Amino acid sequence: MFEQIAFYLFSFLTIGLFLVTVFSNNILYAMTSLAAGMVLIAGFFFLNGADFLGVVQIIVYVGAVMALYAFGMMFFNVTKVVKEKNTSNLLVLFLGVSIALLMVIMFLSPIVPEAIFASVPPEPNATNPEAVGMVLFSKYLVPFEVSAVMLLIAMIGGIILAGKKMDQSLTKIEDEIISEKDVK
Amino acid sequence: MIGLNHYLIVAGLLFAIGLIGVIRRRNLLMLFFATEIMLNAANVAFAATSHYYNDLSGQMFAFFIIAIAASEVAIGLGLLILLYKKQGTLDLDDLATMKG
Repeated sequence: MFEQIAFYLFSFLTIGLFLVTVFSNNILYAMTSLAAGMVLIAGFFFLNGADFLGVVQIIVYVGAVMALYAFGMMFFNVTKVVKEKNTSNLLVLFLGVSIALLMVIMFLSPIVPEAIFASVPPEPNATNPEAVGMVLFSKYLVPFEVSAVMLLIAMIGGIILAGKKMDQSLTKIEDEIISEKDVK
Repeated sequence: MIGLNHYLIVAGLLFAIGLIGVIRRRNLLMLFFATEIMLNAANVAFAATSHYYNDLSGQMFAFFIIAIAASEVAIGLGLLILLYKKQGTLDLDDLATMKG
């Protein structure tokens, strides 16, 4: 009973918030509703018994990714609305739904439900974080290390990409100097 | 009773919303937001499948998707900042500078 109430509440709220994200013209509204939707997605994970995944979702998405977006937005002039040359909404709706349906059919049709079996069943007496740790550090150790290296590369790449000319503040110098720099 | 199909339908709807955003929006930052929505939809499907088949592999893949999303945001925002310093706009149509 409570599971059903929680599921429908979470699903309607997430879909509504993500619709606001996609169709809003104001970037601030879009970012706020995206963060709220991420929290509710963590609710789905808790409903599914994936406690550790839900906590990681809140920490990484709502904490790190949203903070990164907020910092990135300070570089952009968000009050200036980007004039969008919109294509027909009905066509876009049709294309989006049909492509999503096509991908679901493509990837799910070869999988007969009887062919799915649990290759990594969780430990019977372990809580979810314990079971996740056992599997992550035994079977999925190599992908774990590779993803650690990938995060390191992404960090260095982000610093090098965004850190150029960071010693000069764009807000303190005059507009003409900026445009001269753009010409160079 | 909530079954696996309920979760998969919600995940499909979220994925379609993200795809509509990618097709419709011309603002590059909004494109990133829509990509996040699509990645999250995949995560919901993975977590639900993992629960209903009593298997931890789905949760593992969801972890790796979260790691990929984090690094994508770091690199992508760095590129966006470079583009904004160079062009002064985030419009996707202004990127089409290689028309013959």
